[in-house]
Amino acid sequence: RTVEPLEYYRRFLKENCRPDGRELGEFRTTTVNIGKCSITTADGSALVKLGNTTVICGVKAELAAPAADSANKGYIVPNVELPSLCAERFRSGPPGEEAQAASQFIADVIENSQMIVKEDLCIANGKLAWVLYCDIICLDYDGNLLDASVFALLAALKNVQLPLVTINEETGLSEVNLKQKNSLIIRKHPVATSFAVFDDTLLIVDPTAEEEDLATGTVTIVTDEEGRLCSVHKPGGSPLTGAKLQDCITRAITRHKEVKKLIDKVIKSITSK
Amino acid sequence: ALSPGDTSVLAGLYGPAEAKVSKELPDRAALEVLLRPKVGLPGVMERSREQLLRQTCEAVVLGALHPRTAITLVLQVLSDAGSLLSCCLNAACMALLDAGLPLATLFCGVTCALQPDGTILLDPSARQEQEARAILTFAIASSERKVLMANTKGSCSVEEMQQCLAAAQRAANTIFQFYRDSVRRCYSK
Repeated sequence: RTVEPLEYYRRFLKENCRPDGRELGEFRTTTVNIGKCSITTADGSALVKLGNTTVICGVKAELAAPAADSANKGYIVPNVELPSLCAERFRSGPPGEEAQAASQFIADVIENSQMIVKEDLCIANGKLAWVLYCDIICLDYDGNLLDASVFALLAALKNVQLPLVTINEETGLSEVNLKQKNSLIIRKHPVATSFAVFDDTLLIVDPTAEEEDLATGTVTIVTDEEGRLCSVHKPGGSPLTGAKLQDCITRAITRHKEVKKLIDKVIKSITSK
Repeated sequence: ALSPGDTSVLAGLYGPAEAKVSKELPDRAALEVLLRPKVGLPGVMERSREQLLRQTCEAVVLGALHPRTAITLVLQVLSDAGSLLSCCLNAACMALLDAGLPLATLFCGVTCALQPDGTILLDPSARQEQEARAILTFAIASSERKVLMANTKGSCSVEEMQQCLAAAQRAANTIFQFYRDSVRRCYSK
């Protein structure tokens, strides 16, 4: 397995299964932990485990003045960090290319899916708006970072409670009412599904770190609940035909339903406590 | 230099050259892409674009023929009037061609904009990009018109994506013809 990893994997793929016993289209066990159990100081948080890949997301809300050209929009700032403790290939220091590309991907997903509309974050036109700093930190990297990050972000945002802020007309200052809290309005629920391409033909779902290294390409598809595509991310790698891409999309839509059920179950168990 | 409409990108390719010991790979060439925006320092958006370009080029360049070397591709954005990513892709491919690097296949970048009323527009201008509901960029390989790279901005339905893909594959023919013409013009002097 260490000397000829590709041959080792090929032998399994010929039998249509993988070394850890999964089918080619099977996901690893997903567990999610939302709310006060994760980060108590954040406004919203979630911990997602996809097999061994562990990603934690914390959302902090702050107040700021909106930009001059979009006076009625707030900000959402995602930041993905891959600290050196999660895998030996990441060194400490400024964020590497993978972390920056992942941050950009998350920002694109938020923007494309319109899961949070920036106008909802505005408190007073031109004067005050919410800024949501979403910090996504990977604690253990075993492949499939993008899926876990999107899932963690979604779960954390569902958990966020924003206090009511009013602007005092006379003084012009803002008054924060910590007792009254509202949840964020999340319009769409995007879910990402990643595939690894082997030898230009075989597609496997939810790759582990080992499989990602051996793969000749990766595809990530983000769908929302209406079956619309929020993002098709295929950064190079072996060429795929349109039909293969279609297979990925159908699998992604099925995965979306599973994930949505899981999130709803966890949220219900928290609110009922 | 490549300029469809008013977008223009200058591409410079250096290599295969000696790689630093920390960056060299024992069995293939190490590819590096640097994208410099017109104004400002390169930010997170440039990093993600560099990653897209790098992995697209890595799939195409036969790196196994030049192990322990470094190939550096530098792209400078001269002006941006829409369809920037596909312009970068085309510039990168032409630079690879011009340098004479061994390639498995050629590729070209095509941008499709989905307008609010459902019509598909190829190579949109900046204004059309802003009005569009979704913008899809594909890198299409010259062998069998397979998809090398896909990037979407905005949401669309599955059928619309397939339609855009088909339109992009058709448009790829025109772009490959342009490649042939420009290379012919360049070397026939």
